[in-house]
Order: sequence, then structure tokens, then C-alpha cells
Amino acid sequence: MYDIERIRADFPILTTEVYPGVPLVYLDSAASSQKPLVVLEAMDDYYRHTHANVHRGVHRLSELATTAYEGARVQVAEFIHAPAPEEVIFVGNATEGFNLVAYSWGRANLRPGDEILLTEMEHHANLVPWQILAAERGITLRYLPFRDDGTLALERLDEFLTERTRLFSFTAVSNVFGTINPVRQLVDAAHAVGALAMVDAAQSVPHMPTDVVGFDCDFLAFSSHKMCGPTGIGVLYGRRELLAAMPPFLGGGDMIRRVTFDGFIPNELPWKFEAGTPRIAEAIGLGAAVTYLSGLGLEAIHQHEQSITAYALEALSEIPGLRLLGPPGTQHGGLASFTLEGVHPHDIADILDKSGIAIRAGHHCAMPLHHRLGISASARASFYVHTIPAEIDHLVAGLHRVREVFRL
Amino acid sequence: MDAGMYREQIIDLYEHPLNYGHLEQPDFTYEEDNPLCGDVIRIDVRLDEQQRVAEVLWSGDGCAISQAAASLLTEEIKGQTLAEVKAFSSERLLELVGVPLSMARVKCALLSLKVLKAGAYGIPDPSDMRHHE
Ligand SMILES: Cc1ncc(COP(=O)(O)O)c(C=O)c1O
Repeated sequence: MYDIERIRADFPILTTEVYPGVPLVYLDSAASSQKPLVVLEAMDDYYRHTHANVHRGVHRLSELATTAYEGARVQVAEFIHAPAPEEVIFVGNATEGFNLVAYSWGRANLRPGDEILLTEMEHHANLVPWQILAAERGITLRYLPFRDDGTLALERLDEFLTERTRLFSFTAVSNVFGTINPVRQLVDAAHAVGALAMVDAAQSVPHMPTDVVGFDCDFLAFSSHKMCGPTGIGVLYGRRELLAAMPPFLGGGDMIRRVTFDGFIPNELPWKFEAGTPRIAEAIGLGAAVTYLSGLGLEAIHQHEQSITAYALEALSEIPGLRLLGPPGTQHGGLASFTLEGVHPHDIADILDKSGIAIRAGHHCAMPLHHRLGISASARASFYVHTIPAEIDHLVAGLHRVREVFRL
Repeated sequence: MDAGMYREQIIDLYEHPLNYGHLEQPDFTYEEDNPLCGDVIRIDVRLDEQQRVAEVLWSGDGCAISQAAASLLTEEIKGQTLAEVKAFSSERLLELVGVPLSMARVKCALLSLKVLKAGAYGIPDPSDMRHHE
């Protein structure tokens, strides 16, 4: 059974007052999630009792730290069903995952005239690294359009995937529309033309089961801080053969096997891509987060979010002048983006904040998407394991107050 | 907390902006946006022979705070010399807006001043010695 009260008790921050007498209503998990106590304790315990550098010492603490760090990698690998732990590279965040692939795989493999296919609903993290690469390498970027309801124009895949396409990189779940994209279908379409497929899983891994083998994807990236884990760490999954053939990204300690004055021999996977002292405490925190999420059950989390989202979409759609972005129904992840006629999203967020309600307002790092919609910004409420209907009711009441302030 | 920062005057100005529009032949015009929220403001200024603000109009799009601040700013600088415009302080504009603002919203409030100054510094002013050094 999904015991929501017990789950809420796991998150210390949910009892915070953001202003005197005003409790927090946190509806911004898609930007960054809150942390359960077990994650905070795991990191605290590590720093108090077992901290030392990893892979470097022969002393007891270094051994404990190394075991904990590499143990976290195994936990994450199991969580996403990666065949081998060395296919899990710890990076700074999802953004760094894209940059790593663009710099390392992209520079080694792309030639002028090659194409990379993206979609019109991508986060800047899955746009800008490719734009940098395109400017440097003379490759062409193409964008699979979205339909008016915020779903991808799948019927146009054939037109956009050609024999020149070398990579198709797309998001599993849109951080603005909430659209849940058909990952396997998109990966298969890429492979059918001989292209690789990379998945932006920043908005999917925290919320539903992930199986990189089931996806059949070549690369997949996500961030710890959106899935109950700490900031400062993210994951790049890559197929072993691909990672093995790729040149290093950042150079330094840990990523080498041997260094001379004439050069270096890179380390084995996964350390080849982890230069310098890694994010040890963060990896341990992330390990605790995946254990926590697995304990709740990813399928149960997804079901919970589906019902909260359906409740929210229904309630929001009754507010006069409110326009929901994104698809209706079940192909919709745990968030609701909207505009309110006559009120700028920043004003909405500011007025809601006075009632303790935290939502996101702006372009959500998806400026091209907003540009295509002909708006400069939108408001977004996003939900997670601990969200309850009463919080949606607060949001709706808050939006009615916004309309009153603006005399609508 | 209440939504007191949205006092009546701010909403009034949002609904009925002052000095809104474009000038036919401005002495300077400047436009800038705040990419964070998509607010955009343009200000057109015409000066008289004594380098005083003879006419000023603004236009743009964005949140209530940035739009109200633009009305208040343009109202305030009418008749000011170019030197006064260049010296116009952020504190003064925040005082005119007159409501407590969070850090993120201070940027909204000050967007019009940023635009105005960028425009003003673009034209040489005989009374401003720095341009002669
Ligand atoms: C869909 C999507 N991709 C990528 C990212 C980038 O995540 P990060 O900023 O943690 O690298 C985000 C987070 O905002 C996102 O929502």
C-alpha cells in the first residue's frame, strides 16, 4: 500500500514554514526534488565516520570510502537495469552527461554534413552542447516538431531521420508539457537508419521504472537532485562498446592508468571518464536515494503521480482563463504547465509564494519550445512521491486569489 | 503573508500604463529583455536643446512589476537632464515602486532603468566630462 502519510514524514522539509505561520506547499519537484531523511543521514554518516579519498589510499578509511562509492555505482546500475556497473559514469548532472557525449563521442565521430536529430521540446541541456558541436564541426541539427497538444509528431520521423543522421537525442518526458514519449519506438527508429539514440531521462528516472536494456538506448543521462538525491551528481549510462571506444572527456587524476612526460594511458571504464577526486558523498547519497525510491516501488510512484496529475489537470482546467499546456490524460507525467490570461507567470508564482506555494515560472530552460508556442514564459506545478490532493486544492485556491489581485 | 506587494497602484499601472508607445524620432532608443522571465522593455527618449528629457515613451511586455516600474520611471524622468538620467539610482526606482520585492523580482523592477541607462550612455553629453577624456 502507498502510505502517503508515512512518506511525507520521510521528508523533514515538508513541515517547514516558509514565512511565519505559512507552511510549505512544494510543487516544484521537477526543478529539484526534496530529500528524504535517509539520504541526508547516509551523507552525514559518511562524512562523520568514513570520509577519505577513494582509489588512492591503502588505509582503512580510504578502503571504506572506495567500497561505498563503488557500491553506489552498483546500486544505480541495478536501478536502471544497466548490464554492467562500468556502464554507469558519475558526472555532475544530466547536463554534463550531454556535454560528455558531445565532446567525446561527437568530436571523434562526426564529420561535416552529418546530422543530429533533436526535438522541439528539449531542455537546453540537450540543445546547447550539440549547438556548440555543430558550430565547431559543421554538422547540422534538426528538430522533430511537436504537435499542438505537446506530443511529438511521430508521423514525421521518417522525414527527419535520414542516412545522414548519426544521433537522435530526445527527452523521455518533457519538463514543460509532461509528455511521456515512446522511448523504445524512437530508439528503434534511430537504429533503423543506423543512428545512435540518447535519452534525456532527467524527468523520467525519478518517476517511473527505467530499463536501459528495454529502451535499447545507447546513452542515457539523468540528475540525482531530481530523484531525492543530492545536487552535484548525475549519471551518464553508455553502452560499454561505445564508451570503451570514446576518447576521455576531462583529463587528470583517476582517469589515467599511467602518465609519463610524453603522454598518458587512460584508465579502464568507468574511471576513464571520472577525472579528479569524484563526488563521493554525493554518490553515496544517490545510492541511498535509489534504495529509497525502490523501497516505495517505481510503479507505485508512477501510479500515485498519475492520479495526482489527473486530479490537478481536472481542477486547474476549471479556472477561468487558465490554459493547460501539454497532452491530456495518461501520457502525462507528474506536472502541469499553464498560462493564465492577463497575468504574467512571474506574478502568479510571486503571489502563490506568499501562501507558501512553490511553483516554477519562466521558460523552464526550454526557450525554443516557448518560442514555438508564441509565449515567453509559463507557470509549472510539479508533483512527486509526497504530493497530496490537499496541496492541489491550495494551488487552485491560490490561483483564484491571483485572479482577484489582478481584478479578473 | 499577503499579496501586499501587488498594491492597487501596481495593478492600476499594469492595466493602464503611463507613457506607453513609440516615438517617431527619438534621440535615443534602447531595448532589452530579461531572459530569465522573458520580460522585454523598450524606451524611446527625445531631448530638448538643453539636453533635457522632452518626451519619453516605453513599450514592452512582461510581469506587473517590470511594467509598472517602467511607467513610474518614465514619469519621473520627464524634464530631467541627461546627466540626471545617467545618475538615476536603483534605490530611487525601488522607492517609487514602493513595495517589498524578493531578489528575483528586484531584477524585474530594475529592467526599465537598465534599458534607460544603456540608451542614455549611448549618446555623448557635452556636460559629461568622461566623454571628452
Ligand atoms: C528534461 C530535462 N533535461 C535536463 C535537465 C538538466 O538537469 P541538470 O540541470 O540537473 O543538469 C533538466 C532539469 O532541469 C530537465 O528537466
